[in-house]
Amino acid sequence: MSDVERPDAPDRDTLLQMFEIQSRIKLCDERLRSMLMSGQVRLIYYSPRGQECISAGWGVHLRKDDYVVTIYRGLHDHLAKGVPLRELWAEFLGRATGTCKGKGGPMHVTHPESGLMVTTGIVGAGIPIANGFGLAAQLSGTDQVTVVNFGDGATNIGAFHEGMNLAAVWKLPVIFVCQNNLYGEHTPMSMSTGVDYISERAAAYGMPGVTVDGNDPIATWKVMGEAVQRARSGGGPTLVEARTYRFWGHLMGDAMEYMDKAERKAAMAADPVVLYRAWLIDNAHATEAALAEIEEQVTAAIDDAVEFALNSPQPDASELYTDVFGDESAATLNGASR
Amino acid sequence: MSEPRIMLTGMAINEAMDIAMTLDPKVFLLGEDIAEPSGGVYKVTKGLSEKHGLHRVRKTPISEQAIVGAAIGAAIAGYRPVAEIMIMDFLAVCLDQVTNHAAKIRYMSGGQTTVPMVIRTSAGAGMGFGAQHSAMLETFAVHSPGIKVAVPSTPADAKGLLLTAIFDDDPVLFVEQMMMYWDKSYAGEVPVGDVRVPFGKAAIRRDGTDVTLISYGRQVHDCAAAAELLAADGVSCEVIDLRTLVPWDEAAVMQSVGRTSRAVVVHEAVTRCGFGAELSSRIHEELFGQLSAPVQRVGSANTPVPYASNLEADFIPTVADIVAAVQRTQG
Ligand SMILES: Cc1ncc(C[n+]2csc(CCOP(=O)(O)OP(=O)(O)O)c2C)c(N)n1
Ligand SMILES: [Mg+2]
Repeated sequence: MSDVERPDAPDRDTLLQMFEIQSRIKLCDERLRSMLMSGQVRLIYYSPRGQECISAGWGVHLRKDDYVVTIYRGLHDHLAKGVPLRELWAEFLGRATGTCKGKGGPMHVTHPESGLMVTTGIVGAGIPIANGFGLAAQLSGTDQVTVVNFGDGATNIGAFHEGMNLAAVWKLPVIFVCQNNLYGEHTPMSMSTGVDYISERAAAYGMPGVTVDGNDPIATWKVMGEAVQRARSGGGPTLVEARTYRFWGHLMGDAMEYMDKAERKAAMAADPVVLYRAWLIDNAHATEAALAEIEEQVTAAIDDAVEFALNSPQPDASELYTDVFGDESAATLNGASR
Repeated sequence: MSEPRIMLTGMAINEAMDIAMTLDPKVFLLGEDIAEPSGGVYKVTKGLSEKHGLHRVRKTPISEQAIVGAAIGAAIAGYRPVAEIMIMDFLAVCLDQVTNHAAKIRYMSGGQTTVPMVIRTSAGAGMGFGAQHSAMLETFAVHSPGIKVAVPSTPADAKGLLLTAIFDDDPVLFVEQMMMYWDKSYAGEVPVGDVRVPFGKAAIRRDGTDVTLISYGRQVHDCAAAAELLAADGVSCEVIDLRTLVPWDEAAVMQSVGRTSRAVVVHEAVTRCGFGAELSSRIHEELFGQLSAPVQRVGSANTPVPYASNLEADFIPTVADIVAAVQRTQG
């Protein structure tokens, strides 16, 4: 962002709503990383820090009854879809009060009440499933849309190809959001992918494809809005490639030897949340005090959620055997005891 | 009053889908080539797209992951999709969707989301299709907690179990042995209307006192034939048809073997780590002291399915193999 006014910017409420979502993501991430570093909690964590603007960009366009599918690197998407903080933190910590009673964990957060339908740990697998949500909306004649998030690496797996083609053939109301952070695990995109821009792949399916600077919240908001509108009005799917950077490598503890130090330093210096905050103030969309107040409120909500999660019990031992099937007779489980 | 009719297995399966779609607008079918004018490669979906429309009998691209994935998403969103995977070997192409998603989603979400879908698939050797179009892979699903498995042996069960599968709130793998679709020797009475067969309830196909034959699917017929031959030698066989493997009717099996003290388990899947291994193991755990002989297993050879008709015939367990296994229990 620069300090120049943007004629393409949305109204002030939307601008602030995006800031609030970004702040939730950034501050949740910072809290969780500090708890991990101090050894207060232990979990496998794929930080989405740096990618906040993308989720906020689609988040403000969606209704509660729209569907979202995401991946292990999903905290930002969970928060952008409105999964409540307490239940989300409790799920991350494997507590009985979590969204999934602690049985899914961060890699499988589900909260249908918020429209967060599936979080998968299998690269690319959410793409075909998202089509099913789109198909359900299409068959029911509703105008619900589905946003499915995945990484650049996921566009090299077969499920992406099958899913993109089916969505195009059936004109499904699905927005395919590739959060291109330039790496898949320890491999830079240039070593795994034959095109410079993921959006080029859309042409192969007869689907519109667009690349946007995913660190530019206004541009991202605009592109997401067009894609959501297309899907909602029966115009079919869109592939959106939002280019960004992951600040903390693949997962916490990653030594990041395979990443260029200067590149990472530059990306972190251009922190999109920090730049957006400055832009809001510089262009008089908000005062410093107003933004600080949003951040304080988010921080207080996180304090509350962390305390709630830490004070919550682990699931009861009997939960091991529930939720395998709907009818949980001993016969269904056939010796589930072992 | 429902009047019994003789039907072929393929027709009974067709009728189950027709009834389910008529009963519930949330039921729809998707799969490769399932719509008219062809009505599916085995004609099992014949006429359904004309009656229910192409939006409910959906032809898909050749994309097994996309088929099962779309079924999963739609199922979570409240539909009851019936996905067809043309041949069971192709399950390997979309196993991620089956085992990591369909089966695990209820559990991973703590019961918030469920996947009421059916994967119908044709399977089995005997047609000369060779190694990649003939396998019985039901244990792929049996070994994935969260998905049920049905393998019918009669047209009435094919219809009744499929209706139960479609209206079950969990995913079901429904295995149709292709040899049975249009072969008159597998024809049988099928009740009219929405008559469902419950899961986890075995059928005693023949009463006996000396040995219990436990099977499912097409091989139940081979067990019955073996029992007939053995009866002439004075060996009385009870034949249990499990109908479903997840859940399976442990009580019926233990009750029968508890009486006969001898058991032979029979299926078309390769013997090694087949469902018979689980059955045998459970019987030994429960009834070890009461058994008069070790449980015998009869399954296909531990090889890919061969093409040449003589080799294929040797690959599949035969009535003679079952008779020999029963004789091994008679020492
Ligand atoms: C099918 C599959 N293969 C491999 C993995 C291991 N894995 C987890 S994340 C990942 C990298 C994916 O990169 P990308 O799609 O760009 O997403 P990002 O992590 O960058 O957000 C890999 C290889 C997996 N989870 N699933
Ligand atoms: Mg990536």
